[in-house]
Amino acid sequence: MTEAGYILNQLPYTPPFLFVDELFNISENGISGYYTFKEDEYFYRGHFKNNPVTPGVILIETMAQIGLVCLGICLSKNEADEWTQPGIVLSSADIEFLSPVYPGEKVTVVSQKKYFRFNKLKCDVEMKNSNEKIVCRGSISGMIINKK
Amino acid sequence: MTNEALIASLKTIVKPYVRNEEGFKNMTEHTDFLTDLQINSANLVDVILDIENEFDIEIDNESMEKMLSVKAAMEIITTKLSEK
Repeated sequence: MTEAGYILNQLPYTPPFLFVDELFNISENGISGYYTFKEDEYFYRGHFKNNPVTPGVILIETMAQIGLVCLGICLSKNEADEWTQPGIVLSSADIEFLSPVYPGEKVTVVSQKKYFRFNKLKCDVEMKNSNEKIVCRGSISGMIINKK
Repeated sequence: MTNEALIASLKTIVKPYVRNEEGFKNMTEHTDFLTDLQINSANLVDVILDIENEFDIEIDNESMEKMLSVKAAMEIITTKLSEK
């Protein structure tokens, strides 16, 4: 199995709350990935009335799934055999939003590790749209919980 | 470094992560980071990384797990500094 395949397989999410399509540039210092927001994602029905725009919380979730959780799985891979499932909990997110994301748009998330110490992973994460324009950026942290 | 000076520099380090101002104002060596200052456990990692930078020391996992109070932090910092 490829490294990307391994990570995707370990992800604890399922549709309609899986926001990772593909991963690339995987290393111990960072990770990148794509997600395309489908026209019929469930949240477009309510956000907003007759004006579908991807909610900021979903953009944060997408950044966290690719930038924090996928990288966290990659970084804790060596210990993974002992785990039933690697657990990663979000501890903080400090994000600024620069442009909207509409249904059908493909976004690229680029995450760079700031540090991984004492089970805390902190990353600088950026999301771009298909025109290479930055959609949102900031820092996201989480704790890796070893569930034996 | 005197205990007072050590507490003063710890105060500067923990300040951004404190959620209980009352506890912070009254910070002594008996102050607990989690209960008295309400620093969350994820931010405690940042406190420890900031301590490493400030004192130019390296904190291992075992010491990190003990660093739950001002007193424990002072002991660990003093020990690490003496080992340099």
